[in-house]
Amino acid sequence: MNVAFTALTLISLVLLTIVSPATAFPTMLQGVMNAITLILKLCAIYSVWLSVLKMMQATALDKKLSRILRPLIKRLFKNESDETYQWISVNLAGNMLGMGGVATPAGIKAMQSMATPEQTVASNNMILLLIINATSIQLIPATVIAIRATAGSADASSIFLPTLISTAVSTISGVILCKVFSLTDKKKDGKNEQNSISPIHKQPLNKGFCKIKPSMHRGNNR
Amino acid sequence: MSVFILPVILIVLLIICIIKKVKVYDCFLEGTKDSLSLIKSIFPYVASIFVCIELFKASGLSATVSGWLAKPLSYLGIPSEITEIILLVPLSGNGTIALLESIINDCGVDSYPARCAAVIAGATETIFYISAVYFSACKVRKLRYAIPVAIFCTLLGTVVACALCRIM
Repeated sequence: MNVAFTALTLISLVLLTIVSPATAFPTMLQGVMNAITLILKLCAIYSVWLSVLKMMQATALDKKLSRILRPLIKRLFKNESDETYQWISVNLAGNMLGMGGVATPAGIKAMQSMATPEQTVASNNMILLLIINATSIQLIPATVIAIRATAGSADASSIFLPTLISTAVSTISGVILCKVFSLTDKKKDGKNEQNSISPIHKQPLNKGFCKIKPSMHRGNNR
Repeated sequence: MSVFILPVILIVLLIICIIKKVKVYDCFLEGTKDSLSLIKSIFPYVASIFVCIELFKASGLSATVSGWLAKPLSYLGIPSEITEIILLVPLSGNGTIALLESIINDCGVDSYPARCAAVIAGATETIFYISAVYFSACKVRKLRYAIPVAIFCTLLGTVVACALCRIM
């Protein structure tokens, strides 16, 4: 991220200085201004949705939701805590229903509960969650349909099916690739220090935890 | 019909809260408090990325790079009008919508490039923004294969989208 950010910023800045030096600084300020506008909007959205999430927790509805999605989530994300499974199920449900406002905070909490305080390298499960979100399945592309309708399209919602198929293709291929990468990871296990972050010794085991295979203890004997 | 879904879900939730004797007001206080701390932790990431995107667009670099990419992407069946939108989609949601509108103005709303652009804008997510924000609450910085895989899959989805727009 550091390399990509520095390179992109540097090249853009050099180009901009050649083309129109006067606008370079205002452009950067404009970027932060845009960020502030977005963050204020997000603050409003999250205030409402996190309150709704609190209510769901208080009524134990999130537990029910995660029980419905559990078979799927447990198969995708192995060896995580119950709390993580709950956040992931809220995140996925929010995504599917097109409620980005609830999906993002739940996703952040899920990442937080998967990581140890000192962990700096993403585990396979974290990457999987990120990729599912980055290629998220969108059931109803409401904004785009609205734009097409206002532009006077003959059939504004005709893009619905192609969108659904395209996003399904990207998500499914993402999950498959992610699983392939985590498999090759396991093979390199003996040598590679990076993979010692198994999720097991992050937190004490609780009841919903699946059984630990002996092979999963890899991190401990170092 | 779909406008009713969200309010109805909320009403049902409130009714459940009343049945289960949950303190709704306290939930809202807590939720807003959480949202402030969440915003505090994601703001630096959002601000830095936005500076980068703004420079990228203003310097004309995004137009130049999409000029280079137009030819190789056309072999994959992606029309050259929409290469810039493919480049911007992983970076910025607002930028994507703005570009979509200009493509619709240039090519006509029911033309092939405009439909491709619409599908791409609807089907893809802002990868860099998501990966910055999702990891903002923990110390994880090394994302290993996450971003390449996400970009590859988005591109795959894009190729499929353009192919589907041809036949549908």
